[in-house]
Amino acid sequence: MATIEISCVEVWREISNYLDEDISPAVRERMEAHFKVCGHCTAVLDGTRNVVGLVGDGRVFQMPEGFSKRLHERLQKLP
Amino acid sequence: MSMTQPQWRGNETELIKSVCGGDREAFYELIRPYERMIYATAMSVVKNSADAEEVAQEAVLKALSNLAGFRAESKFSTWLIQITYNEAKMKLRKAHAHLYESIDDQQQSKEGDFWPRDFADWQPIPSELLEQNEIRQALQDAINSLGRIYREVLVLRDVQHLSIKETTIILGISEATVKTRHHRARLLLRDCLAPGFDGCWVKGQAYRRVRPW
Repeated sequence: MATIEISCVEVWREISNYLDEDISPAVRERMEAHFKVCGHCTAVLDGTRNVVGLVGDGRVFQMPEGFSKRLHERLQKLP
Repeated sequence: MSMTQPQWRGNETELIKSVCGGDREAFYELIRPYERMIYATAMSVVKNSADAEEVAQEAVLKALSNLAGFRAESKFSTWLIQITYNEAKMKLRKAHAHLYESIDDQQQSKEGDFWPRDFADWQPIPSELLEQNEIRQALQDAINSLGRIYREVLVLRDVQHLSIKETTIILGISEATVKTRHHRARLLLRDCLAPGFDGCWVKGQAYRRVRPW
């Protein structure tokens, strides 16, 4: 059976759901067919996946130096 | 690595009991695995590290005084995030009290489809590069450049790895709104990071903007 085509705008609308695998198999199939032929949408998908992976790494939010120590001291000062 | 599931979990229930029985050091043990999570939540609202640290300390003190009211049916991490988020919003409200415009939840999500600004195909940035300050700073700046309604959802969903349901509870918005804002936040962030932190993500390859129209 032929896959029904999907436009770039429709692909962008679903990219986040696609990454979260929160999407119907039919839409997934259409998007995958689209990515095979559309370099721009593939670039958006890859870039978004990369960015999501990077921010998901706990290292992005580095606590300021001495954060834990100051917090501990504040707790110890409590009456 | 998920901030909401620290490797060391100890026995939270036991620690909570000890704290409620007056053991202050047990509270520090209880809170320690969540420090970064608390800090990141505060940062997602107030955007600068000095304010975020102040918010984090206030939130921890509030958690201590309200610990007896914590009910085990909710996750301790979600409860802490909720306290921190409320504390951060209060801080923001105080800081902006003199302004006419409200900083509260009246920011509207943009309606309609998101069109990426840029279609540059960059080399994937390996996570090892996060060891470098400048890469972390570039990501932090990009996250800070998002509007607050997008930044908050992005931090709760993609940084803290909370579920959609948990995010709806903390932010007090619907599931559909969480999804729309999350989607836009991710695509905005990608657009923002397309040029890299110095106009060149991968050594020797200068960034070239790609716009098909």
